[in-house]
Amino acid sequence: MADPDRPPGKDAPAPAADPAPVDTTKAAPVVAERGAAPPPTGVLGFLVRHQAIVVPIIAVVLAFVIGAILIRAQGFNPTYAYQRLFTRSFLTHDGLLATMQKTTPLILVGLAVAIPLKVGLFNIGGQGQLMAGGIGAAWVAYALRDLPGPLLVIVAIVVGVLLGAMWASIAALLKTTRGVHEVISTIMLNSIAVGLIDWLINGGPLADKGQPFPTSHSVPEGARLTPLGILPWGLPVALILAVLVAWMLKRTTLGFELQTVGRNKFAAGYAGISTTKSTLIAMAISGGLAGLAGVFELLQIDPYRYQNGIAGSLGFDGITIALLARGNPLGTIPAAILVGAMRAGAPSLQFELGIRPEIVDVLLAITLLMVSLPVIAKWIFRRHATKQTQLAGSWGA
Amino acid sequence: MTDNGEQTAYTEGPKAPAGGDRETLLEITGLSKSFGTVHANRDISLRVDRGEIVALLGENGAGKSTLVKQIFGLITPDAGTISIKGDATKIKDPKDAIRRGIGMVHQHFQLVPVMTVAENMMLGHETVKGGVLDLDGARQMVRELSTKHKLSVDPDAEIEDLPVGTQQRVEILKALSRKVDLLILDEPTAVLTPQETDELLGVMKELAAGGTSIVFITHKLREVLAAADRCYVLRQGQVVGGVDDLTSTTTSDLASMMVGRDVVLRVDKAEATPGDTVLSIKGLQVRDDRGLPAVDGFDLDVRAGEIVGLAGVEGNGQRELVESIAGMRPSIGGTVSLAGEDITRSNARDTNNAGVGHVPEDREKHGIVGGYSIADNLVLNRYDEEPFAHGFRRDFGAVREHAVELREEFDIRSPDVEAPAGSLSGGNKQKVVVAREMSAKPQLLMAAQPTRGVDVGSIEFIHRRIVEARDAGAAVLLVSAELDEILSLSDRIAVIHGGKVVAEVAGKDADRTEIGRLMAGDSDHH
Repeated sequence: MADPDRPPGKDAPAPAADPAPVDTTKAAPVVAERGAAPPPTGVLGFLVRHQAIVVPIIAVVLAFVIGAILIRAQGFNPTYAYQRLFTRSFLTHDGLLATMQKTTPLILVGLAVAIPLKVGLFNIGGQGQLMAGGIGAAWVAYALRDLPGPLLVIVAIVVGVLLGAMWASIAALLKTTRGVHEVISTIMLNSIAVGLIDWLINGGPLADKGQPFPTSHSVPEGARLTPLGILPWGLPVALILAVLVAWMLKRTTLGFELQTVGRNKFAAGYAGISTTKSTLIAMAISGGLAGLAGVFELLQIDPYRYQNGIAGSLGFDGITIALLARGNPLGTIPAAILVGAMRAGAPSLQFELGIRPEIVDVLLAITLLMVSLPVIAKWIFRRHATKQTQLAGSWGA
Repeated sequence: MTDNGEQTAYTEGPKAPAGGDRETLLEITGLSKSFGTVHANRDISLRVDRGEIVALLGENGAGKSTLVKQIFGLITPDAGTISIKGDATKIKDPKDAIRRGIGMVHQHFQLVPVMTVAENMMLGHETVKGGVLDLDGARQMVRELSTKHKLSVDPDAEIEDLPVGTQQRVEILKALSRKVDLLILDEPTAVLTPQETDELLGVMKELAAGGTSIVFITHKLREVLAAADRCYVLRQGQVVGGVDDLTSTTTSDLASMMVGRDVVLRVDKAEATPGDTVLSIKGLQVRDDRGLPAVDGFDLDVRAGEIVGLAGVEGNGQRELVESIAGMRPSIGGTVSLAGEDITRSNARDTNNAGVGHVPEDREKHGIVGGYSIADNLVLNRYDEEPFAHGFRRDFGAVREHAVELREEFDIRSPDVEAPAGSLSGGNKQKVVVAREMSAKPQLLMAAQPTRGVDVGSIEFIHRRIVEARDAGAAVLLVSAELDEILSLSDRIAVIHGGKVVAEVAGKDADRTEIGRLMAGDSDHH
């Protein structure tokens, strides 16, 4: 061995076509004193190296297989059901528009979960932050209804983003000053948002009392972002923001700070990077993005009012999306399109086939379960549980 | 141990010659193990007789841990045989190894912190009496084993309240409770204070005298000479040498065998030419994590162009002192000034910018971010400064260029500067930290335990660099639990005890015994 520090595998003999491990070592062989074991070669090696893509795909496929069994149990043909689902969401005008309209907020809430993951925080509060943004926009749209449309849109966006950021910052402040775990505080803030908004639009100061159901006033026509064909206004904005977030994390000093805190907060402290500041910034950005999702829900979707249920389960879908994307900001785009299409196509299952649309919730729940269990990755690659696997197996790594 | 005097550190007394007629307990022939293309062990053959202490000596990455993990059944060999008491059947797993009389104390203890000693002892083979755990029996067992092996431990103490050295005793007792013929100790002294190390070496000798064979891994040469009967030297996965009679061997003989070239353990350095005072600490008071006073009225000056070694038994406030100077821990009284400027309340970044380089005690925790590349780690505290960033945009070209230069200059052995720092060996990780801190040309270089867990080649390199920094005019504060390190590097030595300086001596007048006495808090004779 000429050079002990030479990377293993660089001049490896051509890997045998058979990737089956020869050794049946029980404990994962961590090379003593040297760090990670050499990456496996062959097909499994390929899978390990590309597990950021492989694991989500396996998760989705497994979810669809289990879903198929459930559809079959209801007496329907799963292949046909899936075909209808995706035909509706991609190949019809209304369906495609609905897919794009769902994708917009889903990318944004996906980012709102993905960014805190980089700092080592789990933001469960996308839902509440989205609602805060939406109700903020509804309030502005009514209070300043005499402003010119485009200006009103801008003000609504600013206020919505700020309110979302503020809502998330409450959790960040509780964390940095009192040590309250963000999972607890963001869940509670979700409930507070639900209760508060219910009061606001149900006879409260923002309610449109002329309506028989709880709702805010409708957005003035000039400020409605009616879609351009199948393209909702918010979609390009969400796409650009996903790219910007990816750039911020990878290329800027702020991104370096956030990721350093997430990877080793002690080293961050040593390097003079403030954990408190990083926590506040990450949560504020995330809340702002979720708030923006709420603004688009209000401004670009008929009936252009804030009603109960407007947020659906978007905020929670954001968790599925961020985990499916393995914390990668750009990965939230395909993940959001997939989830958006499933949500948009769900009604067709009911109308055309009579299958309960909740099957989509089941599919998403199974997917979430699959991607949030790094155990699965270890199970698949159990004989090659290298350090890389462990790193990539954790959220957002 | 024949000469159990008050100063037992690294006794190099004569040992009983390894008897040729003793029973062979462990015999390894032609053992090989590869991970991919890395030969961790190649054609290793060795022998351990009953009642012998055998040291496995080697640099980081030499394959020592791989070797003992195979003996303990944690890793399966590719080729070769391991025969225990003449039985060469394959060792299936650790359980099998234990059944056949092998015990192992890992570097990281496998104890449950919130449980008592007795509870930990029975963990894994709990005995039940009348439907409940037989804790009295476990206590009794601890007492008997303690008495038998002269390892005093309180069976009812909770593990987390015990000092590291005592926790290790519990681990050893746990291994002994299972009828051990061969005890493997993986870097047992890495976590110990000098006193605890001496005690451990004594315990090892007692056990050997009672017929237990011991294999211990180390890269501390003096420990080999102090405790081992024989030693094997490993380099790059192979046994490159063995010493059967350690009495006629010196540390530098062993060191050259380990690294394959002569290593200068005494650092060659010119007389210091101290300049102006750079670091001035007056009456500093700092609390530890539990809120108790750790640094309690500490005074010290360090001048440009001199190395001041802070000697002391660990846990006497060194960590809190260094962290406080570095701006990572608030002080509650006193002042720290750097070249006349008050930095008592500066945070970590401002302190660094003011010209303080800091090689932290725990490099894995504070010094590096394992998942980051070597290049990123080399700018960990300067990532947002020119030329590594322009405004908020990072300049990866400049970061890489900087890394390539430092990799060359500081001999960081890695294929590429983009490789994750976590994949480096301990010595190379430390070189990354040292390179980062020294490349900023600090006015004050604070090095805490700079060579802990680092191989001999890297130790020599790091020591030379520290002297070069001094010669370039930096003030150097060296904090180390290794008295040898303090003695060989320091121009002036301050002894810390109970959070304050209890004595200061010039480096060249320093007397090992005297300093050891002062470190132990015995300053009455002054």
